[in-house]
Amino acid sequence: MTTDVLDTATIDTAESAHLRPACFHCGALCPDDSISIGTHQFCCAGCKTVYEILHQNGLERFYELEQAPGIRMTRIPRADRFAYLDEEPIRRRLLDFSDGQHARATFHIPAIHCIACVWLLENIYRLKTGIGRSEVNFPRKEVSIAFAERQVSLSALVALLASLGYEPALNLGSIESPPADPTARRLLIKIGVAGFAFGNIMLLSFPTYLGLDPSTEELMQRSFGHISLLLALPVLLFSASDYWQAAWLCFRRRMITIELPIAIGLAALFAQSAWDIFGRHGEGYLDSFSGLVFLLLCGRWFQRKTYESLSFERDYKSYFPLSVIRKSAHGEVPVPITSLAVGDRVIVRAQELIPADAVLIAGEGLVDYSFVSGEAAPVARQVGDYLYAGGRQAGGAIEIEIVKAVSQSYLTALWNSEAFQKTDKPDLLSLTNIAGRYFTYAVIGIAASVALFWSLRDPSVVARAFSAVLIVACPCALALAAPFTLGSAMRIFGRHGLYLRNTSVVERLARISAIVFDKTGTLTFAGASDFKYQGEPLSAEEQQAVGALAAHSTHPFSRGLGEMLEGYGIVEDFQEHPGCGVEGRIAGRHYRIGSKSWLHAQGDDASAVYVAVDGAVRGRYVARSAYRPALARLMERLSACAVSIISGDDERERGALREIGGERVALRFRQSPFDKLAYVRQLQANRERVLMIGDGLNDAGALRQSDVGIAVTEDIATFTPSSDAILDARHFGDLPCFLRAARSAVRVLKISFAVSLSYNAIAIGIAASGHLSPLISAILMPLSSFSVIAFSLLATNTVAGRAGLR
Amino acid sequence: MSVLYLLMAASLVVALGFLVSFIWAVWSGQFDDTETPSMRVLLDEDTTTIRTKNEEKKHT
Repeated sequence: MTTDVLDTATIDTAESAHLRPACFHCGALCPDDSISIGTHQFCCAGCKTVYEILHQNGLERFYELEQAPGIRMTRIPRADRFAYLDEEPIRRRLLDFSDGQHARATFHIPAIHCIACVWLLENIYRLKTGIGRSEVNFPRKEVSIAFAERQVSLSALVALLASLGYEPALNLGSIESPPADPTARRLLIKIGVAGFAFGNIMLLSFPTYLGLDPSTEELMQRSFGHISLLLALPVLLFSASDYWQAAWLCFRRRMITIELPIAIGLAALFAQSAWDIFGRHGEGYLDSFSGLVFLLLCGRWFQRKTYESLSFERDYKSYFPLSVIRKSAHGEVPVPITSLAVGDRVIVRAQELIPADAVLIAGEGLVDYSFVSGEAAPVARQVGDYLYAGGRQAGGAIEIEIVKAVSQSYLTALWNSEAFQKTDKPDLLSLTNIAGRYFTYAVIGIAASVALFWSLRDPSVVARAFSAVLIVACPCALALAAPFTLGSAMRIFGRHGLYLRNTSVVERLARISAIVFDKTGTLTFAGASDFKYQGEPLSAEEQQAVGALAAHSTHPFSRGLGEMLEGYGIVEDFQEHPGCGVEGRIAGRHYRIGSKSWLHAQGDDASAVYVAVDGAVRGRYVARSAYRPALARLMERLSACAVSIISGDDERERGALREIGGERVALRFRQSPFDKLAYVRQLQANRERVLMIGDGLNDAGALRQSDVGIAVTEDIATFTPSSDAILDARHFGDLPCFLRAARSAVRVLKISFAVSLSYNAIAIGIAASGHLSPLISAILMPLSSFSVIAFSLLATNTVAGRAGLR
Repeated sequence: MSVLYLLMAASLVVALGFLVSFIWAVWSGQFDDTETPSMRVLLDEDTTTIRTKNEEKKHT
C-alpha cells in the first residue's frame, strides 16, 4: 500500500486553519503540503487531477468566478463504472431525445451549487469533441446536454461529468418518473389571460367610473358592454376553470371547501353582468369579475412556491443505484438492478448498497444499517450470514449471492407495507376550508332571508338583491388570506433551512402538541462519531500522528477517528492489516492502531480502537454517539410539548439522553420501524398532534403517520425519506423558532380572516338594501383584497422575525 | 366620438398582441427557470459564438 492520500478526510476548523493550506480546488484543508502545482495546494490527488484537466483545456476561469468552487474529490471514480449506461433499456430511458446521431440527456446533479458550476457545465463542450450545447437549470440542479452519439457515448459523458466532481444522481427513480410539471405553465397563462381581461375591461368601464350620461352615449355603452363580455369569456371558461372543477367536486362528494362559495360568487357575478348587458339594464360587474379571478390566481401562484431541487415523495427507488456489478463466468459486468435474479452473484464494494436480501459468499462484511434500522454502529457479518437489503457495506469489497428479488427484499417490503402507505391527510381541516364552510351556510342563509324580505315588500327587487348578496359575499379576500400568510411563512422557513412540501404544513405545525425525535442521525450527527480517549495521555504531536495514521485506514471507525483528530503529518512505511489495524512511521516514531487482539492489549471493550506507540500500548479510543450541540437547551425550549426520543439502537445511550432531555422525556430503545409507527399512532390515539423528526428509512412509517413529519439531513441534495418537510441539519437548533413562527402565522391568518369578513359584512349590508352598483363593487373588491394581502405579508414577516427567523 | 371606436379596436389589437407573445413565451419555457439566466448574464465571456456552431437545431 502506498502513502497516497486519496481518501483522507478532513474537517475545516478555525484553530487548525493557520497550520494547513486550503485546497485550491475545493477549499478543504490539506492534510499536508505534498500535493501542489506551482503555488496551488491541493487536498488530494483527485482535486489536483480536476485542476489539471481544466488547466489543460483553458478553463481556469472556473477558479476566478468563485473562491475554491470545486467539488471535493475524495475518490477518483473508476472509468468502467458507468458502462452499464450504454445498455439499451437504460440508455433509452435516460435520453430525452435521440435520432441515432444527435442525442440529448438531462441529468440531476446535486453538486451544482454556484455560478462557477453553471459556467463549467455550460462550457463542457470544450473538454470533449462531440458534446454540443449544454444548459443548466440552477433551481432544479439539472443540466441538459446535447451530444453526438457517434463521438461520445452516454457512459463517457457521465464519466466525464463524474471525473470533474459533477456526478449525476442516477438511481432507480430517475429512470422511472419523468419530472415535468405542466401545471406551472398553465397557471401562468391563466394569470396572463385574467390580467389581460381585467385591464382592458377596466379601460372599457371608464365611462361608468366617470359617470357619463348613458342616454347620450348609449351606443358606446352598449358596444363597450359587449366587448367586455367577449373579453370576460376566456376568463370564465379558462382562467377560472379550477374553481368550476373544485365546485363540481364539492357537489359530488357532498362537502364544502372554500372554492364552493368562490365559484358561487363568480357565477353570480358573471350571470348578473350578462343579464344586465343583454337586457340593457346596466354595464355589469365584469371588471370586478376578472379582477377577482386575477387576484385569486395570483394567490395560488404565490402559494405554490416549490423547492424544485427537493423531492418530498422519494421511495426506495431513489435510494437504490441503477446498476450493480454481477459476477458471472464472463467476468464482472455492470447490470441494471432491475435485471437481478435470485442466485446471481454480486460484488459490493466499499460504500455501496446491498441491493437485495442476500447471503455473504466471500469477504468480510461490515454493514452499516443506520439508515434502514437506526442502529448506529456497523455490524460485522461472516461468510454464510444473511444480509438484508439497504445496508451499506462499510468495509472492503464483498461477494454476495442474491436470495430474494429486489422487489421482494426486506427494504422494499418495508416500504410497500400497507402500514407505511400515505393516508390522505384531509385538506378539509384547513382553517380556510373550515371558515369557508361556515361562510357558505351564512351567505346562503342571508341571501334567502333577503329574498324573503324583499318578496314581501317589493317583489321587483327580489332577484336583484338575491344575486347582489351572492356577488359581494364572494370570499375573495378570505381566500387570499391563507395563500399570502402561509405562503410567506413558507418562504421565510425556506430561507432558514426548513423546506415545506406545501403551505398546509404551516397550519399543522402550529397545532403540534407532541414531538418525537429519532436518535441516530437526528439527535446525533449522521456518519460522524465522537471518540473518548482512555489510558495513558497522548501528547499533542502523538495525537496528530494517530489522526494522520487513522485517516489512511479504510475502516470506518479509524476514518472517523482521523476526522476527529485532524491528523497532520506524512506517514511512512504505511501498512494496513485487514481485520486488525494499521501501522506506520510518523516523524520517526512507530505507531500502530487497531483491534485489541492485534495489539495484545488489556481491556473489555471490543469496539474500541487501541493505540500503541513504539511498541507500547498507550490506551484506547472508545466510540460514542456525537450529539448535536446545545440539545439540552433545545429540549428546554420545547418544553411546551410532550417530547419523546425513540431509537432503533440499544440502551447504551440512555444515560446521555437522560442528561439531554431530563426526566420529562420519554425514552424508547430497540424500536423497529413498525414500533416507531405504532408509537406515533398510540400518541395520536391519546389526542396528541404529533411532530415526528427523523432521518432514515427506519423512520419512514412514523414520518408518514405523524401529523407533520420532518426529515433531517446534513445535505439537502441527498436522499431523504418521504416527509412533509426537509430540515437542513445545520438549522436543527432553530426548531422552537419554527414552531413559534408557525403558531404566530396562524394567528395572523385568523386576524386576516376577521378583516376580510368585516369587509364582506359591510358589502352584504349594502347589497341587502338593494344599493349595490358596479362602481361600489369595483372599489370594494380591490380595496378588501389588497388590504388583506398587504396585512398578511407584513404581519407574517414581523411575527416570524419576532420568533427568531429574520 | 366615432374615432374612439377606432382607438378602442387598435388598443385591443395591441393588447392582444402582448397577450399572445406572453403565452408563447410561457409555452416556450422562458419562465421555467428564472434563476439561471440571471447568473449566466454575469458570465461575460464570449462563448456564445462557439456554442452556436456546435448547436444542432434539428429537433425540438
